[in-house]
Amino acid sequence: MLPARLARAATTTRGLAGRGVSRVGVPLVTTFLAFLAGGLAILVTGNDPFATYKAIFDGSGLSWLFPWTGGDTREIAASSLQQTLIAAAPLALLGLAVAVAYRAGLFNIGGQGQYLASSSMAIWVGSSFHGMPALPHVVITVLAGVAIGALWAGIAGALHATSGANEVITTIMLNWVAIWIGSYLFGLGGPLQNTEDRSLPVSPEVAQSARLPVFWGDPELQGLHIGFFLAILGLVVYWVLIARSRAGYEIRAVGLNPEAARTAGISPGRVTVKAMLICGAFAGLAGAIDVLGWEYRISTTDITVSQIGFLGIAVALLGRGSAVGIGIAALLFGALTTGASQRNLDPEIFDPALGTNLTLIIQGIIVLVASADIVLGGAVRSLAARSFGRLRTLVARRREASA
Amino acid sequence: MSTTAPLPSPAEHRPTVVGVATAEVVDPRVARVAWAAVVLAALAFFITIPPVTLRTPAPSVVLGVVAAVGGWWAARAGAGRVGWGAVVGAVLAIVGAWVASGADEAKLDQVVVWSALFAATLRFATPLIFAALGGIISERAGVIALGLEGMMLSGALFAVLGADLTDSWLLGVLVGMLGGVGVAAIYAVFAITLRADQVVAGTALNLMALGVTGYVFVARYGDDGSPKDLSRVPELSLPGLGGDGFFAVSIGSASLMTWFALVAVAAVAFVLFRTTPGLHLRAVGERPEAAESAGIPVLRTRYLAVLASGAMAGLGGAYLSLALLGSFSQNMTAGRGFIALAAVIFGRWRPGAALAAALLFGFSSAIARRLDVFSDQLATLFNALPYVLTLIAVAGLVGRSRAAGALGKPYERG
Repeated sequence: MLPARLARAATTTRGLAGRGVSRVGVPLVTTFLAFLAGGLAILVTGNDPFATYKAIFDGSGLSWLFPWTGGDTREIAASSLQQTLIAAAPLALLGLAVAVAYRAGLFNIGGQGQYLASSSMAIWVGSSFHGMPALPHVVITVLAGVAIGALWAGIAGALHATSGANEVITTIMLNWVAIWIGSYLFGLGGPLQNTEDRSLPVSPEVAQSARLPVFWGDPELQGLHIGFFLAILGLVVYWVLIARSRAGYEIRAVGLNPEAARTAGISPGRVTVKAMLICGAFAGLAGAIDVLGWEYRISTTDITVSQIGFLGIAVALLGRGSAVGIGIAALLFGALTTGASQRNLDPEIFDPALGTNLTLIIQGIIVLVASADIVLGGAVRSLAARSFGRLRTLVARRREASA
Repeated sequence: MSTTAPLPSPAEHRPTVVGVATAEVVDPRVARVAWAAVVLAALAFFITIPPVTLRTPAPSVVLGVVAAVGGWWAARAGAGRVGWGAVVGAVLAIVGAWVASGADEAKLDQVVVWSALFAATLRFATPLIFAALGGIISERAGVIALGLEGMMLSGALFAVLGADLTDSWLLGVLVGMLGGVGVAAIYAVFAITLRADQVVAGTALNLMALGVTGYVFVARYGDDGSPKDLSRVPELSLPGLGGDGFFAVSIGSASLMTWFALVAVAAVAFVLFRTTPGLHLRAVGERPEAAESAGIPVLRTRYLAVLASGAMAGLGGAYLSLALLGSFSQNMTAGRGFIALAAVIFGRWRPGAALAAALLFGFSSAIARRLDVFSDQLATLFNALPYVLTLIAVAGLVGRSRAAGALGKPYERG
């Protein structure tokens, strides 16, 4: 990361036009580069990149948005699009879990652990209390998940505030603690293993009363659940929090300059804890809606292979910390994951086992390019400025010629 | 600032990674009491497990209470961290002794076979030692080693590819090393030349390495998995240590790479602290501006350090695939890169102490493997121990320590 001075110069001293260009241009260029590299990887295995990307696009169901998609294709596309949106909802929330911390000058790399702590909690509460009426059961389960997620992140925040322990290290460690606790709970002989088949390391199933209602598509085939709206609500809450609330103001103040914030009467320690609690609450909401919306049960393998928290980092970076950007980035990654999945990718065109890894490569490259964001931002801006300048001279010459 | 303006840079205001060094002036007599309390606490637990195996917790409780009181007194008298460590240790020892003295003796004998435990500890610690050394080299030069996991994973895959193509474990290990270096090279370009946020870039490389290794593995070997007849790293037996005595079982025979890892610890320690290049490396990590004005090329030194860390992590990965398991599977490092990073921090960026931390974490893995005699669940939960210990360590309970002064700060020639 460049010194703050340069970063600030890059965002403030250039004209508004420059800022606008980098705000939209940088993510676009980043995404383009990542897909370009992914295309090369496809080419190496002897497949056609265009056909493959087309197959992933078809698998994501985004073609449903085109009015000319009709008949059976449209039905399949609808079901795929539901999958895409199901995947995008937790990604957006995990993106927020990174973005809030980033605003406070912290790096929350622990979305994974906060998400897993919440899924485990949601399984526990959701599979207990059979016979409870649906509304309170859902609400209690979601709140329990949000609370444990917030607590999990809060540990890192509190350690940072009290002993200066670096949040990057503590959240990484907490990720692994959550992974092993989850494996312990649902593993063979674990206290929360299912009771029907003791040979499977799988959790019990969430009770019907705790499931989130499906509002689009077939509930038996993973239709779109109302967690989708919770995710959108999360994005709105984030925008209000950061741009319009006192807490958000304090978070930004501490993120920009903790010493100055302290002078202004803000306690950086308290704000750090508060910011981490909010991050964990977002990540916890993501874990709860996944469990209650479509997973209903999780296995120890689900826990160990999940990378969703790290994809949240990619979402936050690509969305450049804005609510709208995070929503769009989550949709992109949701579509990519769904389109390249075993269920949706046409194996005639590209091996889905390769496809899953391909999405990881693309997402990794997006994060990598984003890590050098300001460098790239500068390049895009100067490119834009240069082409704009060239355009201007071109227009001027034309005018001269015609005159 | 509008909500959509680019994010502020968190790197700017990060405090030194694990707090600051606190000069603790302790009366040597108080310090001695504190350490005695630590030893007493350890003894309290030790007498309830084989070979002593007391069947009553009473003596342990007495010893534990004495240790706790001693630790508390020492902590009050100035020996804060060791004293409180003794108190925590005493409490844990009493709980542990209570559990162990009540446990089935036959099972206890099965779990605590010291010689076999030592052998397993070395086996599990070896990849951690390699990667932790890499982490130390990189972080001492001021570059955060968050990409160790990805470098290890790449090393593991490329070692298998190399051994498969050349039918030689030695070439396989070398190719694995290059696999780690390759990931490190990308990291270096971003972290050093492009001055990227190192935490973000490291995370990116871990994701990418996971994807690329999985991709290459599936593309190359498909559903068959890695070849069954891979050339494996041989074991090296110490001459004169045959039979099944304690030393014969524990250290009589270990993988060639395990011995190499132990030698590497001494080598890295020597280079870092006793040679000019090592001094330059530390200077670059501590005060890059000062180093530059003394004529040390900061960027080149950091590049070399990061590449070396990739080589070490690659060796760790190669050990996993070519020595420990004899195969590759997707995501096979399973967090070992992060345990190695934990060992670096736990060992306060010193090779010897990081070795001790790696052995401790390896020991906890070895115990976890054997605890399933009692219960599978307990064995699983035990795997979380290294991470919990590291949490406690960075929280300052084990003692505050300091990373390199310029860790995580990109250097720009002025």
